[in-house]
Amino acid sequence: MKGILKIAFKLLVNDRGKFATLIVGITFAVFLMVQMTSVFAGILSKASATIINIGSSVWVMDPAVNNPLNSIQLPDYILDAVRSINGVNYAVPLYSGTSLVKLRDGTYQPCSVLGLDDSSLVGRPELIQGNIQDIFADNGFIVVKDEEFAKLENPTIGTTFELNDHRGVVVGIAKVATSGLFGIPTLYTTFTRAIQYIPSPRFTMAYILVEPKSAADIPHIKAEVAKAGYLALTNKEFQQRVADYYKYQTGVGTNILVMTLISFLVGLSICGQTFYTFVLENMEKFGALKAIGAKGYELVYMILFQALSTGVTGYGLGIGLSSLLIFVAKQKVPNYAAVITFFNLALAFAMVLVIVAVSSYIAVRKVIKIEPFEIFRG
Amino acid sequence: MTEAAVQAIELVKWFGTEEIKTYAVRGISFEANYGEMLYIVGPSGSGKTTLLSMISGILRPNSGRVLVKGKEIWTLPPNDIADFRLNNIGFVFQDYHLFPKLTTLENVAIPLILKKQDWDESLRIAGEYLEIVGLQDRATLTPTKLSGGEQQRVALARAIASRPDILIFDEPTASLDGATGRMIISFVKEQLLNEHRCILIVTHDARIYEYGDRIIQMEDGRIVKITSGGLREE
Repeated sequence: MKGILKIAFKLLVNDRGKFATLIVGITFAVFLMVQMTSVFAGILSKASATIINIGSSVWVMDPAVNNPLNSIQLPDYILDAVRSINGVNYAVPLYSGTSLVKLRDGTYQPCSVLGLDDSSLVGRPELIQGNIQDIFADNGFIVVKDEEFAKLENPTIGTTFELNDHRGVVVGIAKVATSGLFGIPTLYTTFTRAIQYIPSPRFTMAYILVEPKSAADIPHIKAEVAKAGYLALTNKEFQQRVADYYKYQTGVGTNILVMTLISFLVGLSICGQTFYTFVLENMEKFGALKAIGAKGYELVYMILFQALSTGVTGYGLGIGLSSLLIFVAKQKVPNYAAVITFFNLALAFAMVLVIVAVSSYIAVRKVIKIEPFEIFRG
Repeated sequence: MTEAAVQAIELVKWFGTEEIKTYAVRGISFEANYGEMLYIVGPSGSGKTTLLSMISGILRPNSGRVLVKGKEIWTLPPNDIADFRLNNIGFVFQDYHLFPKLTTLENVAIPLILKKQDWDESLRIAGEYLEIVGLQDRATLTPTKLSGGEQQRVALARAIASRPDILIFDEPTASLDGATGRMIISFVKEQLLNEHRCILIVTHDARIYEYGDRIIQMEDGRIVKITSGGLREE
């Protein structure tokens, strides 16, 4: 069988024009599919930045919240109610809001501000400069060094700024797992300072961060929170809720899905047509092989091998091209939202397999039907 | 060898439907022996290609039997018939049907590769057969770079590479000029025909009739005459 597959491969690659068209078709389709789904994955990752970076096991929130940046403030008694639930190890408040920061040159820069529980600093970021204790110093803020860092004029420890007519001092520089979706820098401070510096409505807590005693306690905690009319979600569930929001309640998911399908159809049509033409042109030769003594299944293997070789090569090139573009784009546009995930790769591969299957199915039908007698008839 | 290489017994083939049948072959019987070069000749539509296809295991007859090397081929399952062809019958098609994207050497090696021989070994043996047909210096060229006569010789090398006992030629000289055609057939007779091999040639090229040991003349699906020793000698 190895020999006949080698013949199949040579027949394919030696027909350079068609092989190039097939490869370009699949590469282009994979490139577009991976690009689309990676951008979507990037958007979802960035949209869940607060959830990922804070990293709390369970989040308590208003049931109407579907996006961490659009939080609905919780009344203070809920914090006590949550703390009193059996199975809760601890529960702390989190402030999440945005504010305008006045820079030293007089310009304003919107920033995301996260206020951590004063007593525990649960959800604090990993510092790369400074000491976490300094967050308690007068006007202390920690700046996240991400793609948006430069928008605060690349501050260093000691850099000052104004925040709602209050003085702010950078006391630490942190790194986080992922930056936010909306292209604004992130500041961390204490909960008390956050509500003191930033105008707040009657209620101030955006979320309650809960650490259960064990994973087995989570269902009970969720049920008790629900009885109080609020929603408790695990970290993963909250991220999924955000993903669902972008997928189904904004046009982003639909648009990405449509573009991915179009890419798939482009690949399918180019490859299906070219592969069909390739087989048609070789039909007499396949008939001759059958007359010489090749069995039908051997010809089917040849076609499947040709289709699969093209698919895998195009898939590899498409992934490579996509990765290269994302790499280059991230060098030029730091907050470019695109992440290649295993799911993206698997999805693109599955779609390539469908393209290969459909293309080869059409060709196989033709080849199986060919009668070697036709070769004699000329 | 005493038994016939090929025996056709009362072969009938028709095309169309039960209601409207068009007969291509109407009850033909003949034998082809080892060491013999047998021509099947006749005008277009006389049924010679249909007959050739039936005796080579490519086209199933409506009735009648075909014995090749004593084996009744149409009683075998399809894959076994394919195997039988691969191991016992070599074909030279009218248009050669060489793969233009493979080298001459690879084209010749195809039957060996189909017989699941090792790739390198197949190429080595193919090289020997290219040498037999005098094209060893064309091994790395593709068939498109060869002349018609050279392509015919490549097709010949491919047909004999698996050392079949039966060689079947379909209009072997149709695309060649007279001198080249005669040269090819002369080569076939002198170099490839031996007491262990039978060669069947379908042709209506009268220029090569002289090489036939026997000539079966067909008309309207029937044998009208069997001549020995070539028509030209009559």
